[in-house]
Amino acid sequence: MFYREAGHFKDNYRADMATFPIREDRIGIITLLLIALVAIPLVHLAGIPPFAGDYFFNAILIPFLILAMAAIGLNLLAGYCGQISLGAGAFMGVGAYAAYNIAIRIPEMPLVLTFLLAGAVSALAGLAFGFPSLRIKGLYLAVATLAAQFFLDWAFLRMAWITNYSPSGSVSAPPLVFAGWHADTPVERYLVVLVFTIVVAWGASNLVRGNLGRQWMAIRDMDIAAEIIGIRPIQSKLTAFAISSFVLGLAGALWAFANLRSWEPYAFSIDRSFQLLFIVIIGGLGSIIGCFLGAAFILLLPLIVDAVPRWLSIPVPAGAGSNITLVVFGALILLTLIFEPHGLARIWGIAKHKLRRWPFPY
Amino acid sequence: MLGIDPTKIAFFAEVLVSGLLSGVLYALVALGFVLIFKASGVFNFAQGAMVLVAGLALVRAFGWLEASMPFWLALPLAIIFAGAVMTGIAWAVERFVLRKLVNQTALTLFMATIGISFVLEGLGQQIFGAQVYKLDLGLPRDNLFALESLFDGGILLNKLDLWSAVLAAVLVAALVIFFQKTRMGRALRAVADDHSAAQSVGIPLTRVWFVVWTVAGLVAIAAASIWGSKVGVQFSLVFVSLKALPVIILGGLTSIPGAIVGGLLIGAGEKLAEVYLGPSVGGGIEQWFAYVVALVVLLVRPQGLFGDRIIERI
Repeated sequence: MFYREAGHFKDNYRADMATFPIREDRIGIITLLLIALVAIPLVHLAGIPPFAGDYFFNAILIPFLILAMAAIGLNLLAGYCGQISLGAGAFMGVGAYAAYNIAIRIPEMPLVLTFLLAGAVSALAGLAFGFPSLRIKGLYLAVATLAAQFFLDWAFLRMAWITNYSPSGSVSAPPLVFAGWHADTPVERYLVVLVFTIVVAWGASNLVRGNLGRQWMAIRDMDIAAEIIGIRPIQSKLTAFAISSFVLGLAGALWAFANLRSWEPYAFSIDRSFQLLFIVIIGGLGSIIGCFLGAAFILLLPLIVDAVPRWLSIPVPAGAGSNITLVVFGALILLTLIFEPHGLARIWGIAKHKLRRWPFPY
Repeated sequence: MLGIDPTKIAFFAEVLVSGLLSGVLYALVALGFVLIFKASGVFNFAQGAMVLVAGLALVRAFGWLEASMPFWLALPLAIIFAGAVMTGIAWAVERFVLRKLVNQTALTLFMATIGISFVLEGLGQQIFGAQVYKLDLGLPRDNLFALESLFDGGILLNKLDLWSAVLAAVLVAALVIFFQKTRMGRALRAVADDHSAAQSVGIPLTRVWFVVWTVAGLVAIAAASIWGSKVGVQFSLVFVSLKALPVIILGGLTSIPGAIVGGLLIGAGEKLAEVYLGPSVGGGIEQWFAYVVALVVLLVRPQGLFGDRIIERI
């Protein structure tokens, strides 16, 4: 009733090809952007909980946005091109260390350019580790991408120049300064991350409905058939690896500079790769909105598992907390896979469908 | 000998043999992976967690039983207890996860096993405790020197490693007999060939899955008892599965001999690389060398050394 495609008449190609062709969608996304860009900082300034303190920004909003961005990167590769990668965390690491090295070696470089260059370095690494995908497929490829993860983990730890010969292996990011503006407070860092995330999400959603995205999806659905109808598998698989790694590298640089500030190689271990894969699977393979839903789910779940016994004042024995979190987390992954294998994005789609028909059942 | 310093040859042989023996340990874990993949097409990431749970169940039951009865009675009872735990896990996995996920893609099933591994890790540590437990199954663990007549000073070997090699050989022989000669083994091979064809001739899929997860659980007990005797039963056993992944893709996901050969190749290759290449690049290359070897082999043979040929049709 409130939400429908019918009745939107377009009289030019521009309107037809718009990112959000439906008016309700446009209103929704503009509202969302206004809330994120204007309302949340204002509410923070006004001191209304939970936006009053720094905690909400540091612990939830900033990691949420960066993880969602990284998940978009992985989703381009795994969800759209069908190449499963278990090395996503390592490519975030490449971005983070590349940005760190550029920033300390060429301090006069503008930070935005540094981040983009870090993404480019990560894209090159992605290309190098993407080459086996031309020959290896499916689960074999998934395990082969672990080679990237373990090799890069080792490089971060053992190649001393990467960490600028820091004796402990942990490094600290230089301050976040954009053209003289110091982004020091959590709200400012949140805004920086938000702008990057919006640009990446907008770019990715346009990319996947263009020529390249359609090539990727053809390769995903059946690569031999795609090859026969004239899609070059080399070109489309390698672009998928490169662009996915670019986004992952950018997200890694932001994770290091805006979220962690100082970090150790462990921050980009295989656990991070699995976390990203969970976000993509639970959010929905081949869906941009799913990345945001999945990131929120993965980030909030441990907090909720911790908080629920406290609200219900059930005593939890010391040490049991982490085990219970692990069990509940695993069980929820299983339940999501069993009841909605297409992820949260599918639930979102069903909700939209219901909204279209409301208040009539069909 | 050929003008090469004999102590160098002895050292090389020592590294090679210790690598081969640690390869046997990888192969033990890899076997569990291959069994499940062969019969159900599930890439079971939870194998490491199964090794952990098997080890914890074994060591706790053994410690408790040993206090009240002689060693020769306590050990079999503890193994039976661990076997019962693994059977229970196999039943629960089949009943509550696999049965609900029939016809899903391989990736979904793979993700589901990661979920299973979280649940097993959490439950196992909650029920059986999360410390490092020493496991002493009465296997000899002293060193011995072999081939002293050939080399000056001989080659240093650990008896525990030799015992684990014997155990692995027995296990593989038993599995081969089980797969080739028994009724159930034939059913498992039929399911591995074609799920729907097997079902259409009346092979119960659900029971086959239950059996194969149970067998993988029993293999996990064997792996856990050896690894546990070596490094103690502790959480890090979970990461053993990451060591086994390159082994199985090298050997081929569907081949039991492949798991053994792959394990030996990876074990020997990674020890030799660490000793001879490691110092020149900063050491610690053990953690990725196996993956790179597997990657190179896959570039030549995408299905692994012994895997079934991948045939693609439109």
